[in-house]
Amino acid sequence: MRRLRIAALGLPALALLAPGAAEAHLIATGMGPVYDGVTHFALSPEDILPMAALALFAGLKGPVHARAGAAALTAGWFLGGAVAMAGLALPSVVLSAGTAAALMAVGGLLAWNLAVRPRWCAALGAGLGAARGLADMTGVAPSLPHWGVLVGICASVAAAFVLATSLTLPLRRFWMIIAARVAGSWMAALGLLLAGWILRYGAVAR
Amino acid sequence: MTRRIAVLLAVPLLLALLPGEAGAHIVRGEAIGFVSGFEHPISGLDHVIAMVAVGMWGAQLGRPAIWLLPVTFPLMMAVGGFLGLVGVPLPGSEVAIALSGLLLGGAVLLEARPQLLAAAALVGLFGLFHGYAHGAELPPGQNALLYSLGFVLATGLLHATGIAIGLVHRWGWGRYTLRAAGAMVLSGGVYFLWAALA
Repeated sequence: MRRLRIAALGLPALALLAPGAAEAHLIATGMGPVYDGVTHFALSPEDILPMAALALFAGLKGPVHARAGAAALTAGWFLGGAVAMAGLALPSVVLSAGTAAALMAVGGLLAWNLAVRPRWCAALGAGLGAARGLADMTGVAPSLPHWGVLVGICASVAAAFVLATSLTLPLRRFWMIIAARVAGSWMAALGLLLAGWILRYGAVAR
Repeated sequence: MTRRIAVLLAVPLLLALLPGEAGAHIVRGEAIGFVSGFEHPISGLDHVIAMVAVGMWGAQLGRPAIWLLPVTFPLMMAVGGFLGLVGVPLPGSEVAIALSGLLLGGAVLLEARPQLLAAAALVGLFGLFHGYAHGAELPPGQNALLYSLGFVLATGLLHATGIAIGLVHRWGWGRYTLRAAGAMVLSGGVYFLWAALA
């Protein structure tokens, strides 16, 4: 069981090594819009990293926080995507700044392991989901296939979040909790570097 | 059964490691992704010895320094990287980086045990200068997120290497070995300080 847990936690992290260009345009897998959405999420570190940080944070807080976070994150992601498809187009630099801010906020919370109420976890999930949904679907016209893409992305988000929190919930050993908090500090550092990069070069990763 | 599930999970994820693009041009001097970011902190020996020394010192001091120091360094390094990226002047960074090797190596050599806050402040201050030096020379690139991810991971792994070395501290012979390693870091720091001042 422990090996499975390590494999399930470690391999998605290794998958981030994939050098595919992580741009916000949708990916055509040839298997239909839902799978396009699933693949888009799986190949977008901008989506995976803040989601993983929130999942670790919610998982460390307990099952109530995890459930609240999962529901709010998925709903927020869908709403953000729907708003983007309805025509709200934010500049790339704002979307990039949103990614940096999300990494700093969620990574920082995880690193400090702050005690928060479930409603705050839900609010954080909704905000993060809305921002990422908006970034994912910006510039995409509303059509039946594109709704399928959004459904694929949101289904992946929900599945990945539930999987990550279910692996985090049983972590009670000191070094495991420390490892999760160290991961949070790295994500906060990542967000800070990204913010500096945006200020210097403009939009970098939305 | 468990192994089968692990394999079933592992194979598709390993497939994700396959390169998505096969560019025909080799780009030099650009931040092209995870690997170039990962290479950046390990490309300079002055950075490497200081980061490994942070882990060694943390392991020597024990809990909570063993994890607090390696968390402080990357966070402050990111702050320094941010300052370097946005162009805030921070003079003397090369001297400070050389001093970090000298002082951190000296701390390991002497088994210095200052208060936790003082140790964290010292490590954080040096992290700031290391990050600044990296941030000031970061090139424009295609994927800042993956570059930064590689950058932060490499830093963390250097600390982890230091911690792994420092764990020999629990054995009698290991204490002397660790202090000898501290002396080597200190020597490196002296060399780099000489080079920075010359």
